[in-house]
Amino acid sequence: MTDQAGKAHATIAEGALRSALPYRARPKRPNALSASLTFGWRALLKIKHVPEQLFDAVGNPIIFTLMFTYLLGGAIAGSPGAYLQYLIPGILVQTVILITAYTGVNLNTDISKGVADRFRSLPIWRPAVIVGALLGDMVRYALASAIVLALGLILGFRPESVVGVVLSVVLIIVFAFSVSWIWTALGLVARTPNSVLWVSTLIMFPLTFASNIFVEPKTMPGWLQTAVIFNPITHLVSAVRGLMYGTIPVGHIAWLLVGCVVLVVIFAPITMYLYRSKK
Amino acid sequence: MKGDSGMNGGRDGALAVEAEGLVYRFGDNVAVDGVDLEISRGEIFGFLGPNGAGKTTTIRMLATLLRPDSGAARVFGHDVVREADTVRGLVSLTGQFASVDEDLTGKENLILIARLLGYSRKEAKVRADELLEAFGLSDAAGRQAKTYSGGMRRRLDIAASIVITPELLFLDEPTTGLDPRNRNQVWDIVRSMASGGTTVLLTTQYLDEADQLADRIAVIDNGKVIAEGTPGELKGSVGSGVLHVRLRDPGSRPEAVRVLSRAIGVAVETPSDPVALLARVSEPERVPEALAGLPHAGIAVSDFSLGQPSLDEVFLALTGHPTEEKADKKEEEAV
Ligand SMILES: Nc1ncnc2c1ncn2[C@@H]1O[C@H](COP(=O)(O)OP(=O)(O)O)[C@@H](O)[C@H]1O
Ligand SMILES: [Mg+2]
Repeated sequence: MTDQAGKAHATIAEGALRSALPYRARPKRPNALSASLTFGWRALLKIKHVPEQLFDAVGNPIIFTLMFTYLLGGAIAGSPGAYLQYLIPGILVQTVILITAYTGVNLNTDISKGVADRFRSLPIWRPAVIVGALLGDMVRYALASAIVLALGLILGFRPESVVGVVLSVVLIIVFAFSVSWIWTALGLVARTPNSVLWVSTLIMFPLTFASNIFVEPKTMPGWLQTAVIFNPITHLVSAVRGLMYGTIPVGHIAWLLVGCVVLVVIFAPITMYLYRSKK
Repeated sequence: MKGDSGMNGGRDGALAVEAEGLVYRFGDNVAVDGVDLEISRGEIFGFLGPNGAGKTTTIRMLATLLRPDSGAARVFGHDVVREADTVRGLVSLTGQFASVDEDLTGKENLILIARLLGYSRKEAKVRADELLEAFGLSDAAGRQAKTYSGGMRRRLDIAASIVITPELLFLDEPTTGLDPRNRNQVWDIVRSMASGGTTVLLTTQYLDEADQLADRIAVIDNGKVIAEGTPGELKGSVGSGVLHVRLRDPGSRPEAVRVLSRAIGVAVETPSDPVALLARVSEPERVPEALAGLPHAGIAVSDFSLGQPSLDEVFLALTGHPTEEKADKKEEEAV
């Protein structure tokens, strides 16, 4: 079928075309930051146009929260209300960590759709497309955090320190940004956007369970406790719980920030190498 | 150099594209196998070849997206590997599969590209509106590109390529999958670009399209350029048209072959269909008289046509084998 929109705008305005064509004035090319911010703007537009990605991602945690709180909360912590105070910081971490994969998913989509070719043939700072997407996705992480916190507050979650909550969200976003680089690298080698999502879920889902998100590791068998202690998500959750309840868990935060640097130092160059040599 | 229109960044006197011995391999598969090219400034150059011939791979090397395994190419005198950034400032690429962001609206797509080229927010909006108007997309400006028809998407794609008029525009199969009206619109755009001084390199699977648009054509097959020239030269080497005739009675075919070949002066072939005749005509003006000769000789004709040679026929004439698609890993598996 032809354009459904009808004749009116299906025809090209000859005169307008002629006058729009010879346009050779070339402005100064944007610097690295400005190109990255433009790609960040694109990521925000995607949140606006495809909000499903965000809602899909917070759907699971909402179900988990309700299920764990009301089915198991009494058994685990004595009462659902008491358990909620323990669970919400963990759910917050889980939610954001599970949506980090979308940066990789979107990058893979760009490549299979061909739009990546256009970006790569522009005279811009090449990492901008990925750095910008990650910057825009930080807004996505903040929105998801806000949704989970709002749900928690409605159900009766009462953190002690507002500053602590804000710092927690910042810490989670920094960690999520660092983890995203794993998925951008994966997004460049995976065959389809869906396989990026699958692999990341396969890795991250067990990691969020083998942590202190849902229960204290004390109750677990010894070998699992060891695994949980080395799981970076455990440190993030402990840091977040500490901050929300008014302490500053320096050890966990330091451990995490070092972890973030290591992730970026390893996976950012791998991502950029793969991006540059992508066929 | 600054106010110099039409040549920003290009080296004086250099060809638009100059390639020597370009080779590109995907594993064992030699996708491009020693391609040489010389494309002059302002020319519309057509790359004609079947699926899997290596057209896209060649274009992607010239657009700095792939690094040649061997050989070299220069765009306006700048090496595509060593001076990739300069080359990117001179070219625009409209890929084989529409290279727009389908989640964004038409207008957002154009603003995005304009901003990446360094326009201020306001200038970017103005330029986007101007292009949407010029490409007949104003009414669809606020709709996501995924809701566009094939023709609209193609136009948006080309608009995104000329936010700043490039010195060299790559169009990879710009009309594949379009209906005739949309195809004609794309042709108009290409001609307007060329008359504005832009060099255009387009790929196509249709001889007809290359003939309509291109000043010169390279026929590419299995990664090699197997013929090059103006559309006229190419068609001349194949016969400028193919005459198909169908007879009422298969028994009259031998006589018909004799009558026709004498009248048009070329060999007449007999395809497997027992009532069909086929001739590659070099002087089409002799055809009407030749056809009139058949009823005179008492031979009844049920049907006839004189058409341009198809890509298949060009290939048959140039290579001695019909077009055969190379195992097309890419299209099918979506790597
Ligand atoms: N990304 C890829 N990975 C592996 N093989 C590829 C890839 N792209 C193209 N090819 C192969 O390279 C050859 C040339 O392909 P291409 O340049 O796309 O041809 P055309 O554009 O003329 O159809 C084909 O055999 C194709 O299967
Ligand atoms: Mg192709």
